[in-house]
Formats: sequence, C-alpha cells, structure tokens
Amino acid sequence: MSTTSERSTRTIYEQVQESPEFTQLRSRLRRFVFPMSAAFLIWYLAYVLMASYLPGFMATKVFGNINVGLLIGLMQFVTTFAITTIYVRYADKHLDPAAERIRKHIEGGA
Amino acid sequence: MSLIAQSQSGANVGSVLVNIGVFVAFVAVTLIFVYRASRTNRTASDYYAAGRAFTGPQNGVAIAGDYLSAASFLGIAGAIALGGYDGFLYSIGFLVAWLVALLLVAELLRNTGKFTMGDVLAFRMRQRPVRAAAATSTLVVSFFYLLAQMAGAGGLIALLLQIPTSNRLGQGIVIAVVGLLMIVYVLVGGMKGTTYVQIIKAVLLLIGAAVMTTWVLGIVGFNISGLLGDAVEASPKGEALLAPGLIFTNPVDFVSLGLALVLGTAGLPHILMRFYTVPSAKEARRSVVWAIWLIGLFYLFTLVLGYGAAALLEPGTITTANQNNAAPLLAYELGGELLLGLISAIAFATILAVVAGLTITASASFAHDVYANVIKRGTATPDAEVRVARLTALIVGLVAIAGGIIANGQNIAFLVALAFAVAASANLPTILYSLFWKRFNTMGALFSIYGGLVISIVLIVFSPAVSGKPVNEATGRSGSMIQGVDFHWFPLDNPGLISIPASFLLGIIGTYIGGKRSVEPGKFAEMEVRALTGAGAEKAVAH
Repeated sequence: MSTTSERSTRTIYEQVQESPEFTQLRSRLRRFVFPMSAAFLIWYLAYVLMASYLPGFMATKVFGNINVGLLIGLMQFVTTFAITTIYVRYADKHLDPAAERIRKHIEGGA
Repeated sequence: MSLIAQSQSGANVGSVLVNIGVFVAFVAVTLIFVYRASRTNRTASDYYAAGRAFTGPQNGVAIAGDYLSAASFLGIAGAIALGGYDGFLYSIGFLVAWLVALLLVAELLRNTGKFTMGDVLAFRMRQRPVRAAAATSTLVVSFFYLLAQMAGAGGLIALLLQIPTSNRLGQGIVIAVVGLLMIVYVLVGGMKGTTYVQIIKAVLLLIGAAVMTTWVLGIVGFNISGLLGDAVEASPKGEALLAPGLIFTNPVDFVSLGLALVLGTAGLPHILMRFYTVPSAKEARRSVVWAIWLIGLFYLFTLVLGYGAAALLEPGTITTANQNNAAPLLAYELGGELLLGLISAIAFATILAVVAGLTITASASFAHDVYANVIKRGTATPDAEVRVARLTALIVGLVAIAGGIIANGQNIAFLVALAFAVAASANLPTILYSLFWKRFNTMGALFSIYGGLVISIVLIVFSPAVSGKPVNEATGRSGSMIQGVDFHWFPLDNPGLISIPASFLLGIIGTYIGGKRSVEPGKFAEMEVRALTGAGAEKAVAH
C-alpha cells in the first residue's frame, strides 16, 4: 500500500478546486445538506422545547391513550427516515456522477 | 416466596445454567469468527480498519451493533418502564443524531481520513498538537462510554448468574472475566473480529427485541392505546407516565440533554472509526442508511418493551434500583427462563461488543495519533504501530475492568448521556470546522477541542449528577454519583447547553487569534477536493 507518497500533486487539487465542475458539485452538496441540517435540527429542538415547556399540551389525548407528545415523537422517526431517503436519492442523482468524473480526472492525471 | 417477590430484588429469577449456556454459545460462535478474522490480520489497515473490505450493509449492521449499547437496550427500556415518556426522549435524540453523521460527516470523513478522527482533524493543521488533542479527547470520550457500559454489567450479572449486587467480589470477578474475553477479541481479531462480534450481536439483539415486541403486542391484541392504558393502570405514576416531566423535572436540563444527544453521535470516535472499514464514501453512506433504519426500528421496539414492562409486570417490580433490568424481567414474564436466558445473554453480548469497539478505537488513537505521529513524528513502521496498538488495547481493557468494578451500579443511560455531551463539545465543532471552514486553523482546533473537553468535564464534576442531589427517602441514597457530600454549583445534570456552544465559539476565537498563516498552502484545496470526490482516498485491501 502506498498512500501518502504522492503529496506533490497538490497543484492539481488547487486547479480542480477552482474548476467550474467542482464548484458546482460543492454548491450542490452545500445547498442540500446545510438547509436540511438546519431544518431537522430546528424541528428536533422545537420538539424538545415543547416537551420541556408544554407538558400539558403534549399530554392532550388525540385518540384512545395516544397523545400529542407520542405522535410528535413518532413524527421525529418519520422525518428522520424520510430525510435519509431523500438525501440518498439526491446524492445518487446530483452528487455521485460529478464526484466520480472529477475523481477519475484527478487519479488519471496524477 | 413467590417468584415475583424474588424478582423485586432483580435476582433469583430464571435458571443460571440456561443463562450461562446461551452466553457460552454466543462466545463460542463469535470466537470462531474472531479466529478466522485473525488469519487475514496482517497490515495496519487490517488491524485498524478491517482492510476496508466490509460492505455498506454489513457495516451498517455493525454500526447498529456498536451503537445500540447496553444504555439503549437496558437503560431506555428501563427509563420508559419507570419514567414513561421522558425515557422516549433518549431514543429520539439518539436516532435524529444520525442525520448529522449522514449529511455532514460520514462520507467526507471516509474520504479524507485513514484510521482515526485525528487523521481528519490534523489533515491541514500542524500535526503533532492537533493529533495529541484529538487523541486526548478520543481517550476521554471512550473512557466515559466504557465506564457506562461496564457499569451496566453488575445488574445483569445479578440477574444472569444470580450473584447479588451486594456481593462485590463475585461481581468483580465476573466483570474481570468479561473484560479479559473482550481483550482477546480485540487482540486476536482486530477490527475485523470486532466487527463480526458487533454484527452477530446486532442481529441477535434486533431479533430478540422484535420477538419480545411482537409478543407484548400480541398479548394486548396489537392495540397500542390499550397497552398504554394498561401501563397507566399498573404504574404508581398513573397518567403521568404518558406525558413529559417524570424524569426531567427541570426543563432547562431536558433541553441540555437533548442538545448533547443530537450533536454527540457524530463526534463519537468509535462510531467515526467504523466509516473507515468500508471501501468508499458511497459505502459509508449506505452504512449510515442501514444503521438509521435498524436503529430507528430498534427504538420503536424499546418503546413497546418499556411500556410493556410497565403494563405486564407486577406493579412495583421495576424500581430505580433495578430499572436497567426491566427488559430482562419482561422477558422472564413472557417466555420464562429460556427467553430470560436469551435476552440476558444478548444484553451481555451487547456490553462485550460495544466495549470491544471502544477499546480498539482508543488503542488505534493512541498508537496512530500519539505514538506514530506525535512521539515518532511519522517515522514508526506500521508493524511497530500495530504492536503499540495491541499493547494499548490490553491496557485500556484492564482500565475498563477496574473502572467497571468501581462504577458498577450507576445509571447507564445517564452515563452515556455524559459521554455524548463530551463528544459533542470536544469533537463535533472541530470536525465540522475543519471540513467546511477554510479559515479554520491549528489554534482554532486546539481551542475548540481542549476548551470543549475542559468545560464539559468541569461542569459535569460540579453538577448535581456528581454530588448534592437530595437523598431519596425510600432508598436512603442521594441521586448523585457521590454520596454524602455536596460541592455542586452548576445547576444542570448535563453540560451540553453551555459546553457545546462554548466550544463552537472557542473554535472561532482560536482561529482569529491563530492568524491567517496556514501550515501548508494548498492543503485546504486538497482536503476539500478529496472530501467531496474521493480522489486519493484510502482504498480497500484485497486478500
């Protein structure tokens, strides 16, 4: 295994970093992961705050013994599974092909 | 004396022979895998990263095995059985946290690092100080987590082998034997052996929990509302069991814990290290997806099991003293001594597998970051590095045994929450800054890691979790770790609310103090391009 020997190829990384294809890949990644992270963190914190400060509201029965708190808690599971699935689709379609092309370019040219 | 009365002490239920038999069978099967794994354990990459040859799904199951610790299974089921809704918050935090790992950390880390968290943190920084800092926080977080796991062993031993918790010597001997077994796994099997142990354990744990969940639901006619109603009727807490507020009486504390849980996972070194065992970033992504589904499913099971224990066990069976045994006692109620034997053996296997994962992580960090890069300045041969790693694993294992004997009996979900707070404070800010913030530098990393570490630990030491909680009249014991003294001045059990933002802030302050001069121009370009494209990433080893 030779891993750390080719550090002199720095310049190609700098070239790639400035290339339009890479900047587009980076903005596609950031445009997805930053807002999505903010969204799920806000949604989670809203849940935690509701559980902390509105216990009476959380205890409101919706049907049978199922209350608002339990439903919102389970909704956290649903959104987690949903975001996971959406991200995988997005990455497959919008991130992986470009990343693959750039990687081949670098490893072929190095 | 009826079995129920006996079970109140958490001991003398079930058959010791059955319990031992199931556990020995698990050990025998896993040892075979570990031995087979040892035959391909040649290089550093084999020992630390299992040759990067596991598939995404395999690694996802192993992550579930690594993550679903005794705290998840025993701690959460017990917390829900006793404290109802508040126990559920743990599971939600532990699950949602995986989105941080999925979206922001896993793939980028896999592409830039080699064996440890320190590889990523030090990538474009001055190597020696940053690696020393990364190793320090890895060792501290792993130690907290180790203690949490070992502390859960005592109650389980009482149940499994009918050695009461009052028999400190007998319990200590069993903890030592388990610790030695774990050391054998790590030394012989390396990361590959450890991974197999985690996969086998995860499969058993998920099947065990699924069977018990279906059983409980079957008893109540698959009527969740009915199950909750039964739990309310049987619990001394009544309706309060279904609403927040039984465990966390201080809302600010609840928010602090919630923050630590959701931001801690992506800073746990033993979880981060698992991403190096797959061949590519895409496989790392698949691992997280598998892990999220399995872990989410498991937490839904624990919700049913917790309320199931509250509903189906004789009222008063679960107390604060034996709450970690709620799931095993429920197993006994459902399926008698055989199911109890199975579930307790699985719970025990859980402790074993998680502790093995922690030990290999701590040893890798010491050997790879401290020995090879800080002491030998990158000149150590891989063979020497692996030798040091094995020696460190032995020492960490012995420390775990000693710590486990001392910490025996502490509430494990709470101890794990503290480990999460330290991980979220000391590790996550630096990981995110070094992946996404160009200006970030060595000084910023050191400020954030050491600052987060010191602040979170100091706040824990002076928190009511350690000293000064009022004495419970029923048990005659204080809810704090140390009895009979009170030196607390920090009002919260969990430091996350203060220590996590403080560490993010310290990263920024340190960076501006450190100045603009970067260690090696072009290093950020290399890191960013590698992180996003996988160019130059470590490849899998073909055997």
